[in-house]
Amino acid sequence: MIKRLIPVLAVLPLLLIMVVPQAEAAGDQKTAPHQHWHFSGPFGTYDRDALQRGYLVYRQVCSACHSMKRVAFRNLSDMGYNEAQIKAIASEYNVADGPDEEGEMFDRPARPSDYFPSPFPNKNAAKAANGGAYPPDLSLITKARHHGADYIYALLTGYEEPPEDKKLLAGQYYNPYMAGHVIAMAPPLSDGMVAYSDESPMTTEQYAKDVSEFLAWAAEPEMERRKQLGIQVLLFLAAFAAIMYGIKKKIWSDVH
Amino acid sequence: MGSGQREQFDNPVIEWVDSRLPVFTLMQREYGVFPTPRNFNYFWNFGAIAMVMLILMIVTGIVLAMHYTADVEKSFSAVERIMREVNGGWLIRYMHMNGASFFFIAVYIHIFRGMYYGSYKKPRELLWILGVVIFLLMMATAFIGYVLPWGQMSLWGATVITNLFSAIPLVGDSIVTLLWGGFSVDNPTLTRFFALHYLLPFVIFAVVFLHVWALHVTGSNNPLGIDTKGPQDTLPFHPYYTMKDTFGILVFLIFFAIAVFYFPNALGHPDNYIPADPLVTPAHIVPEWYFLPFYAILRAITFDISIPFTEITIISAKLGGVIAMFGSIGLWFILPWLDSHPIRSARFRPLYRTFLLILLADFVFLGYVGSQSADATLFGIPLSLLGLIATAYYFIYFIAILPWLSRNEKGRDLPNSIHEAVLEKENKKMSPEAAE
Repeated sequence: MIKRLIPVLAVLPLLLIMVVPQAEAAGDQKTAPHQHWHFSGPFGTYDRDALQRGYLVYRQVCSACHSMKRVAFRNLSDMGYNEAQIKAIASEYNVADGPDEEGEMFDRPARPSDYFPSPFPNKNAAKAANGGAYPPDLSLITKARHHGADYIYALLTGYEEPPEDKKLLAGQYYNPYMAGHVIAMAPPLSDGMVAYSDESPMTTEQYAKDVSEFLAWAAEPEMERRKQLGIQVLLFLAAFAAIMYGIKKKIWSDVH
Repeated sequence: MGSGQREQFDNPVIEWVDSRLPVFTLMQREYGVFPTPRNFNYFWNFGAIAMVMLILMIVTGIVLAMHYTADVEKSFSAVERIMREVNGGWLIRYMHMNGASFFFIAVYIHIFRGMYYGSYKKPRELLWILGVVIFLLMMATAFIGYVLPWGQMSLWGATVITNLFSAIPLVGDSIVTLLWGGFSVDNPTLTRFFALHYLLPFVIFAVVFLHVWALHVTGSNNPLGIDTKGPQDTLPFHPYYTMKDTFGILVFLIFFAIAVFYFPNALGHPDNYIPADPLVTPAHIVPEWYFLPFYAILRAITFDISIPFTEITIISAKLGGVIAMFGSIGLWFILPWLDSHPIRSARFRPLYRTFLLILLADFVFLGYVGSQSADATLFGIPLSLLGLIATAYYFIYFIAILPWLSRNEKGRDLPNSIHEAVLEKENKKMSPEAAE
């Protein structure tokens, strides 16, 4: 028996390597601590209220500089808004359309089928308005960073006074969760800056939590369907495998 | 094929077809009654599993190609459109993405099975060589496929790997220009990679056909590594192994489904969700996990090889790394001749078994080294040094240890026949666990 275990032991490091997240970029960055998320785990779903609050924070704060061009207003139905609410939200924005019959471009109120308008016309304009730093598009941000929503939360709440030996230029801020610890984004959140209509505390932590959940949704809007379908597929495969195991044993019974 | 004696079928339609094109005879002979050693263990499932994964990759890949656009301005958004707007697109894309990883898992186990039980030895040398060809084609296909989403790792991985060819003397730069279709990884690279990524799986399929054909000429090896001596040693492929393979495939698919539905991005790199930007180099460029051991071998060679006491470099560090990387797989082609020991199975070669398991651990460790940045350390020892030692063991194993063992390892006594060995085992423990 022990002899049979040796190959298993040899493969164990392989599993370890697969489980341990691969190669962190820029090693000096502080690792974001684990937060409890409503969407973690195999049965986790997005908290609709948190998504709506997070969307509010995004609209009032983040969207001043960050685009989210892969999400459309119609997608907001995932967060529990009905059609009329989505139409109302969309119509608060103007988007460029055209050309019309005269060949002119024109502005019109956004429709549910439109994607979120970007705050800047192009990347260079975004850089010019932000001291040379490009505020990344937020559509995929939790998938595009190690530790996903944990990282966003840690970054938004992790601003610190720089250590004495660290010289910062104008427009730079100290944040140990950022690669290189220097970030061009001023601390974006502060207590009470967004008015919530429900009972949730209006604190930096709560804003960060909600907007991180919203960004996780924006990056993986299919997550709930994925996990649901996963359970069905796994149940089917497990049952089918069990049946096949029985059949295999029965067929092989005359051999053993 | 099918030119010999035909089977007789009762069904007139089948008989009509078979007398004109004996496909049913072929199926019957190769997958029905095909005599298969009776003592396979579950390691023998991975050939069938790899076949299932190849078909799954081709089917999902064709659907993805219907929605994909190869264009540096559009590819990233095309993939995101598949993820967000195409019906079931996220499922197809995650199956394809994780399918590549699970195809490699199956094939790595399949290759290791071949090494452990000596399946490459006479008369199966060509069967083994065709397998190595399939593996190389898979690596090319997977590497090219990783470029198509046009994320940061796509662009920079492609830049690093294609640049390797520039180390080849004289023709290197021309090869790189040809691969790129220009002077950097750009739109022409992407479009030709897409065309090749569509082509290569069908080439793989054709070589798999040859691989299976060669298998059906020599017959399968088995855990004892001894030849079958008659009907008492074999079982018809159907139903015994069709049912056992189906069970094994389903268990494998359970693990695959867990990855697709619950950890779809665990094996990927977050940077590939950032659109490719030629002006921003990622802090740390790593290939996909299944290339990491070879990437570590590539990076292990950090010294030039020069003529002593002169300034003349024969092999630059870059070329040395490239030679080592390709050589590490190239050695597999001559493995049947490096290891000429008459006993196939590691069960009867304790020394071989020990060195092979060390090689397995070594290979896994190389994978770890490949995943870390070049200046990383482990317990205070620079990883580049450990990587070099691990690379050295890899080559010493193939070039020195195997030939030495071939001549000097005595090995244990082999059983007389599969039948006898199976019976003996049954008598020893009458438990179903002995289902090897």
